[in-house]
Amino acid sequence: MQTAAILSMENITKIYPNGFIANKNVNFELRSGEIHALAGENGAGKSTLMKVLFGEERCEEGRIFYKGKEVKIDSPLGAIKMGIGMVHQHFMLVPSMTVAENMVLGLEPEKAGFLDREEARKRTREVSEKYGLEIDPDARIRDLSVGLKQRVEILKALLRGADILILDEPTAVLTPQETVEIFQELKRLKELGHTVVFISHKLGEIKEICDRITIMRDGRTIDVRMVNEVSEQEISRLMIGRDVLLKTDKTQAKPGGAFLSIRNLNYTDAAGRKILNDINMTVRKGEILGIAGIEGNGQNELSELVTGMKKNRSGQILIDGKDISRKSVREIRELGVSHISQDRMTYGVAADAGVADNIMADRYYRKEFKRGVLLNRKRICRETDQLILEYGVKCDDREQPVRMLSGGNMQKVVVAREFSGDPRLVIANQPTRGIDVGAAEFVHKKLLELRDKRAAILLISADLTEIINLSDSIVVLHDGAVAAYFEDAKTIDPVELGEYMLGIKKMSREQTGGAVHEQ
Amino acid sequence: MNSKTIEKRFDVIRTILAVIIALLIALAVIVIVSDDPMNALYNFLIGPVTNARRFANVIELSIPLMFCGLAVSIMFAADQSNMASEGAFYVSCAVTSVIAVLWELPTFLHVIVCLAAGTITGIIIMCIPAVLKAKWQANELVSSLMLNYICLYMGNYIIRTRVLDTSLGITTSLGFKETASLPNLIPGTRLHLGLLFVILAVILCYIMMYHTGLGYAIRTIGQNKNFAKYAGMGVGGVVLLTQVMGGALAGFGGATEMIGMYNRFQYQGLPQYGFDGMLIAIMAKYNPALVPVAAIFLAYIRTGADIMNRTSDVPYEIISVIQSAIIMLVVAKMFLNNLKHKQIVKYSKMQMEKKEAS
Repeated sequence: MQTAAILSMENITKIYPNGFIANKNVNFELRSGEIHALAGENGAGKSTLMKVLFGEERCEEGRIFYKGKEVKIDSPLGAIKMGIGMVHQHFMLVPSMTVAENMVLGLEPEKAGFLDREEARKRTREVSEKYGLEIDPDARIRDLSVGLKQRVEILKALLRGADILILDEPTAVLTPQETVEIFQELKRLKELGHTVVFISHKLGEIKEICDRITIMRDGRTIDVRMVNEVSEQEISRLMIGRDVLLKTDKTQAKPGGAFLSIRNLNYTDAAGRKILNDINMTVRKGEILGIAGIEGNGQNELSELVTGMKKNRSGQILIDGKDISRKSVREIRELGVSHISQDRMTYGVAADAGVADNIMADRYYRKEFKRGVLLNRKRICRETDQLILEYGVKCDDREQPVRMLSGGNMQKVVVAREFSGDPRLVIANQPTRGIDVGAAEFVHKKLLELRDKRAAILLISADLTEIINLSDSIVVLHDGAVAAYFEDAKTIDPVELGEYMLGIKKMSREQTGGAVHEQ
Repeated sequence: MNSKTIEKRFDVIRTILAVIIALLIALAVIVIVSDDPMNALYNFLIGPVTNARRFANVIELSIPLMFCGLAVSIMFAADQSNMASEGAFYVSCAVTSVIAVLWELPTFLHVIVCLAAGTITGIIIMCIPAVLKAKWQANELVSSLMLNYICLYMGNYIIRTRVLDTSLGITTSLGFKETASLPNLIPGTRLHLGLLFVILAVILCYIMMYHTGLGYAIRTIGQNKNFAKYAGMGVGGVVLLTQVMGGALAGFGGATEMIGMYNRFQYQGLPQYGFDGMLIAIMAKYNPALVPVAAIFLAYIRTGADIMNRTSDVPYEIISVIQSAIIMLVVAKMFLNNLKHKQIVKYSKMQMEKKEAS
């Protein structure tokens, strides 16, 4: 299948306003009709390169050739016109509108100055039939599953005449079942002559559906290969620059008594939607309890209720035997609770503040950091410098604004704050989202260390591999309720887990009762 | 040097350049409208330093500006857009006047009572938008702006019903008691003890903001309220406290101004010090240590414009042109952004090459 290049990017250099060099003289070439994997760790520059191609970011240097001609792409609109479409990791859809309305957004068919809904529906049906991707044009986006939302995004790009389709980590948010489906869709697109860029760092998936692979590391192109000519081991070595353990080594847990007990927990949000429905579970000292589930099934609310950021619930939450319903966030933290939030930029850090200010946020008021009414600068500097060293935060100095750091280093700042000071209960919500493999490995190692120091750990993650590798026991959340409990995470079949996550299967109350332990 | 210092440097350059451009615009306007532009320019730019009395005017004027600048800085640093400094300042002037006119107390005590009353008044006024927000989530920007007009008439009401000097036919109070007056610092000028007060206030505010846990909490809340809450800070309490402090500073400033500069209440409308405080706070980047610099600059061009108004054909209002230009350019985040980005790109490339060479 040796066809000519349809698109090539030459010597692309992109430097972000914070001085971070995301792409250094990167070369990238697409052949017509292939599924091309763009692989690399988080922070390797894959997404940036594709954003440059899609006109979302402007590169400082470099040239782009499309169908033999040099082109300038300075906006997504320009890219779409040329036939390039992109499906982002975070969907760009309006949740309150229907599928058809989203499909025609920006190219609305009009009738007498109003949106012609019938025509919008017709166009949606046409494109859906042409590509064999079934969708209900009248469904509201907010009612669709993640997999279907993604399908809408793909159809949206196709409706706009995309020859080249860029998919940014499309399987990151999908269950195994949905992943199988999207692979079939992509194969069909390929048969119809479309070219697909598949951004991923999941090697198995790349091997399964891609033809060629471009591997990036540290902002550079490392290698371009035919997928059937390289092994997974080789790809991972090229990606990371060294051999990595694909499985985390971990000893058997020796769980003690329950440290966090959740009894009959219900939570209804401000809009009156029932988010959590009669949750019962415990996290024991010295174990990692994993919460598996598709995002938006109550995980974030659960972690915010346990840490006291959200109130107005019914049911009981006991930490170390103490009822926390009347306790403030600080009082709960004083019980030895630490919290990694899933939303790093909103809760995890103050991006404009320096590294030191970010690390001190949960402890600045303590006696040891004060001298009379004043802050003890020397003591604070010593504390932060030591943590920066211990947690390997790469920064110019302790005053550097956190927004200038890479995602992985930012998360290390969060972890340095949350994991130091001997926590007894760690709520880790998506602790490795969007960070590079090295930093993720580091976070995993630290979590296991804390577990072995008898901390109770609640690990919430949408990444199934992470959940299965790291957890000792697993609870599955579906639609705000406990759908399954597995005492031993080692025996779990990912496919079965996926079925519980999707709500295809559900355990009985007696079966999930195992999630509750004595104190 | 690194990206951080490049950013900082551009921050400073941007502010200075904004001031220069604003002045150039003003100069252009003067040259266009004046029959004798050289004379007008001279009086505007050099006027304030041609004799000691005029320079003392600059310093006198900077005192209330500094008080209000500090008040706004503390509240804005916590991301509270409470603009009631103007009203707090005005009402506390009125309350102070009533006490200065009617009460009979020994010298020292009378001054203390005046200052305390002004401070408390300021706190009460400033807390109105704060409480409205905390209780009913009323946007403090809107409520405080509206409140300022209520304050204007509240102040007038207090003066007119309690201590109006009916012989003059305008809103002017009777004369203050001799005992209600701040001592003069330099004979021949109106420089009063308030100058020392405000210097002290600047120092205390600076220490509070950058060397205490409270200041750290204020700045953290200002940068990211969600993060502050997540880390366990008592966001509501700190936010309220910033407004108490802001109100105290504005109110104390009003009282100081009354009994330091005047011997009767004679404002005919809002004196604008509270609004100017915002300009000062923005120029000073909410750093109390820079508030005096910004306040003295503003007082200087004010005094210059006043002298120009009296000695040439250019009216005082030219000052509004300068002020708006400064605000616009200082808050325009993308101003000089391309230049900054180029510098950062150049620096990053240099670093990359250095790393590769080694």
